Amino acid sequence: MAIRTEELLMNIGPQHPSTHGVLRVVVKVDGEIIVDAEPVVGYLHRGTEKLAEDLQYTQIIPYTDRLDYLASMINNHAIVGAVEKAMDLEVPERAEHLRVIVAELQRIASHLVFFGTYLLDLGAMSPFLYVFAEREKIIDLFNRLCGARLTFNYMRVGGVKWDTPEGWVEEAKQFVQHLKKQMDMYHELVTGNEIFLNRVKGIGKFDTETAINFAMSGINLRSTGFNWDLRKNKPYSIYDRFDFDVVVGENGDCYDRYMCHLKEIEQSLRIVEQALDQIPEGPVMGKVPKILRVPAGEYYSAVEGARGELGVYIVSEGKDKPYRLKFRRPSFVNLQLLPKLLVGQSMSNLIAILGAVDIVLGEVDA
Amino acid sequence: MEVTKNTANPQEPAYVQFEGFSKEESQELSKAGVLIGTLEQVKAWARSNSLWPLTFATACCGIEMMGTGAAHYDLDRFGIIFRASPRQADCIIIAGTITKKMAPILKRLYDQMPEPKWVVAMGSCATAGGPYVRAYSVVKGADQIIPVDVYIPGCPPSPPALIYGLNKLQEKIRLEAKGKKVR
Repeated sequence: MAIRTEELLMNIGPQHPSTHGVLRVVVKVDGEIIVDAEPVVGYLHRGTEKLAEDLQYTQIIPYTDRLDYLASMINNHAIVGAVEKAMDLEVPERAEHLRVIVAELQRIASHLVFFGTYLLDLGAMSPFLYVFAEREKIIDLFNRLCGARLTFNYMRVGGVKWDTPEGWVEEAKQFVQHLKKQMDMYHELVTGNEIFLNRVKGIGKFDTETAINFAMSGINLRSTGFNWDLRKNKPYSIYDRFDFDVVVGENGDCYDRYMCHLKEIEQSLRIVEQALDQIPEGPVMGKVPKILRVPAGEYYSAVEGARGELGVYIVSEGKDKPYRLKFRRPSFVNLQLLPKLLVGQSMSNLIAILGAVDIVLGEVDA
Repeated sequence: MEVTKNTANPQEPAYVQFEGFSKEESQELSKAGVLIGTLEQVKAWARSNSLWPLTFATACCGIEMMGTGAAHYDLDRFGIIFRASPRQADCIIIAGTITKKMAPILKRLYDQMPEPKWVVAMGSCATAGGPYVRAYSVVKGADQIIPVDVYIPGCPPSPPALIYGLNKLQEKIRLEAKGKKVR
């Protein structure tokens, strides 16, 4: 006699520590197996794009800090880069170097948080404590540079706001050396762990074609083996001057995404090291008009964010405020594949898959 | 409980003046290592030193809250350990923007928490809407939904500010047990 079973509707989130914020996933489960999953977004929709229509370009920069709050510096870079490209402005060399240094340090900080929280989701508490101690060092460097700990508001159209304080470059160099040693320890502690490998290998697999069809970018795309990094393929700022490798995976499973994050930290450290060595003296702010007026037209510019292609689309009428500002938020785009990934998996894999997609809800909902 | 010291005669050992007891009796009790308080005071002392907040991180402030709970600032030393379920929590740290879509869930989580419960509004968004005060989708402060005990300014507040705010909450719990009104 067959046992009668029925499907159960389960609600995960929005208040759930493993959804990395306020994502809600409504899953239909048959026993342990997920039959259907539907992410519900919008619990952190703050209307950034609408607010930006009533703000001058410089005033928009602090709002971008709060989009992807784990990678504020990169968001700053995206918006100032877009306005500079639209207005055809020159940026001093020192400012460009500082931008690259802080953006890459921010990428490291963001990936470290991924590393910590992902393992926290999978049941390992201590990596979280390790990485936050490391991240605190990066935050201290940023704090000395611009006086903020999380929402930096550091970059300006035409350069950066503050020059480095005394001894900052040396401190940053020491930190790079320190983290290089730490990375070996992380690999030793976590990457070889059999329990961890069983939780992530072969889980949440998708191929390059699916990823491209879903417009995925960043590590989610690269983990499938497709070599696409805006820093290499469409160099912006001064990324073409640095020697670094684009990290690609093979299978596109959770393990590859985890490895890509860790290897990308190492590559970012290489860029920071080179930039710190090459950084020239000079001004940090170029000549820009007092009131920024983007010429009428439509402009798109993108940077490689910590989670993928972070694009800024400006529609301007030639005024000091944008007519419409659209952020192409990689977290939101990457999230769209989630229902497909979850179907057929067990409930415990949900957390592993969701964690590896690496979303930040501030960016998903904007 | 306050320790009284006789400044005129420094030789005399410090003691705790208990309510309803004479000076000599209080001195004798202090000497014997006995503390007398109301049950409420003792409970408040215990509660204030084992505050278990709910992990309610909606936005950027949540990262600072995580940072405060992690190795560098270490909230555990105050007896503050994050819980994932409202049923196990004593207080809720509202870390981040509350949107209109989130507001009913916040109310529900608050209702699910057992008494006694306290609320900390962390950051300017939870206090008054912050930079998003003009947005169409944002609630202008968590106190429009649930009563707030401690407001922590900042966008986001630094970990020392959060620790200070939580210490103020502990102080408030202890003072309220003495029947003092704390605003």
